[in-house]
Amino acid sequence: MLFQIAWKNIWRNKTRSLLVMGSVVMGLWVGAFMMAYAFGMIDQRLQDAVKNEISHFQSHHPKFEIDNEVKYFLSEGPEMLRKIRLDKRVKAATGRVIVNGMVSSANYSTGGRFIGIIPAFENEVTGLQDKLTEGAYFDENSRNKVIIGERLAEKLKVKLRSKIVLTFQDSTGNILAGAFRIRGLYKTYNATYDETNIFVRAMDIDQLINLPGQYHEIAALIHDPGKLDTVITDLTVAYPKAKTEDWKDIAPEISLMIESFDQYMIIFLIIILLALSFGIINTMLMAVLERVREIGVLMAIGMNRTKLFFMISLETICLVMAATPFGMLLGYFTVQYLGKTGMDLSAIYQEGYAAYGVQSYIYPKLEDIYYIRVMCMVIVTALLASIYPAITAIRLNPIKAIRKI
Amino acid sequence: MNNLPPVIITEDLTKVYDEGAIPVKAVNQVNLQIDQGEFTALVGPSGSGKTTLLNMIGGLDRPSSGKVWVDGKNLGAMKKNQLIDFRLHNIGFVFQAYNLIPVLTARENIEFVMLLQKASKKERNHRVLELLREVGLQDKMNNRPDELSGGQQQRVAVARALASKPKFVLADEPTANLDSKTAANLLDIMSKLNQEEGITFIFSTHDQRVIDRAHRVITLVDGAIESDELIANASDHIESV
Ligand SMILES: Nc1ncnc2c1ncn2[C@@H]1O[C@H](COP(=O)(O)OP(=O)(O)OP(=O)(O)O)[C@@H](O)[C@H]1O
Ligand SMILES: [Mg+2]
Repeated sequence: MLFQIAWKNIWRNKTRSLLVMGSVVMGLWVGAFMMAYAFGMIDQRLQDAVKNEISHFQSHHPKFEIDNEVKYFLSEGPEMLRKIRLDKRVKAATGRVIVNGMVSSANYSTGGRFIGIIPAFENEVTGLQDKLTEGAYFDENSRNKVIIGERLAEKLKVKLRSKIVLTFQDSTGNILAGAFRIRGLYKTYNATYDETNIFVRAMDIDQLINLPGQYHEIAALIHDPGKLDTVITDLTVAYPKAKTEDWKDIAPEISLMIESFDQYMIIFLIIILLALSFGIINTMLMAVLERVREIGVLMAIGMNRTKLFFMISLETICLVMAATPFGMLLGYFTVQYLGKTGMDLSAIYQEGYAAYGVQSYIYPKLEDIYYIRVMCMVIVTALLASIYPAITAIRLNPIKAIRKI
Repeated sequence: MNNLPPVIITEDLTKVYDEGAIPVKAVNQVNLQIDQGEFTALVGPSGSGKTTLLNMIGGLDRPSSGKVWVDGKNLGAMKKNQLIDFRLHNIGFVFQAYNLIPVLTARENIEFVMLLQKASKKERNHRVLELLREVGLQDKMNNRPDELSGGQQQRVAVARALASKPKFVLADEPTANLDSKTAANLLDIMSKLNQEEGITFIFSTHDQRVIDRAHRVITLVDGAIESDELIANASDHIESV
């Protein structure tokens, strides 16, 4: 009976109720969309990072990460790479010689990371060749050639076939410099990456630093990311002197981003729900105060305060609950649809977002658990929002209320 | 005729409103005894304290001093929830207007009180139909209040007041918004129920034609009883209308 009256009361002021329902629907819709958008962005970032930069796992000399010094190369690098490439679980693997130093043109000089690559293998792992926007990839004849990022080229004010000088230390600490000609320009979605990483052939640089055939880094992709842990364990057992880590450990900022994201989402949701609940409370309070006399009559004829409380709070709860499925479905289908088609944001955002390593094409996505979470939070919000108007109603003095005509 | 003790007793009942600058004695030292089955009119000029007195008798309002005994119970000793429960089972109210729950039909409005009393479905159906018949609104039972005339609404209110099988019905100017023919019709119904079910009615009114129907007329002036007359053969009036 209380439920019936509550439901009927909702429809007394259709416009107002629909407005509240509309705001609940909007809140859920926008909430789901924003979350899916942010998740999509993060997921994209992760996939890009794995595909373009980190790969699934990497091996280094244990000290290399802390001290990017030339002397910390992988002691069994060439053999390890051979083994890894023969592993059936591995899709692609490559070795790299990595040296930090200065890169200079006639106009400008800046810090850089010189990466000596095995051109064919590197291409299998990071697809470097596909990222070229100008010039050509390495071949047998490209001795002392470099491929640098477009953005770095702009900074250095150099073009294809310009000469740049790389300065760095060799394994014994001697300062060396080498002149390289630009063979190609590349571009990824990560501006910082493009400005720092300079590719040369491993064989060109390892002679300079006097580490022929050695690698500082082995990076690999595997077929089934689910097997990542076992692959790493196997490698760690086989090559205990090398430190083999998965992408989460290599780029902790990315996994941290994903983990802390849950919390951000909850805060974000709470803000939406808080705003919603203020709207709901306000509206329901209006509905209660409009019916002061009627509530007074109910109390006069013997409706006790518990029942009255339930009747008024049921009204709020029904209102929110009735709107929730619409909001959820709208959010769900929007996310599903945009998740398939993707959202092209290149027109609006590219410059700004590229700096954070985010692509301008985003596929919103949201796991089912989040819909359930949102639903629970909406239910809690409805319950909380229903309390205040109901308390206001039972605090009414029936006699005063009845005298008010 | 009746040796039972009075069902409503007030002892020096006083209500002072001191919310404003000057305290107002809305009801001043009222001593009143009302017997089972009386059909009493409470009259007096506007502001004389009729509503205040009725509300205190009905347990809607608390006296500033003095006591109210209803059916042997001291209302002043009851807690809020006990009072609500007491009203539910013992007292029916009819107000001047806007008595009904707008979202419920005539039938549901009457049934509502019985639902609060947790009456069975069978009992409810039976009583609601009976009451609708008594007030002559069987054909309007599925109409909502805004689809009823003022007189019809007040008839539903009377039916609702009786649905809980109360011992008392307190009606505060039940006919104030009705034309005289409709008012007479409502009075007919009330006095018939008074006679048939033995329910004690107390109603306040300004309307001389309504006053004429009462068996007892209590006149209030400035919150105090000025006169209290029993009217012989009052029931004859019913036939004469
Ligand atoms: N809540 C209140 N606060 C202050 N004074 C009040 C309050 N309610 C009633 N009064 C005063 O108490 C007195 C009695 O009021 P009451 O409503 O009982 O009169 P009444 O006889 O019912 O009048 P009417 O015939 O106009 O309905 C009046 O002077 C009124 O102004
Ligand atoms: Mg009055």
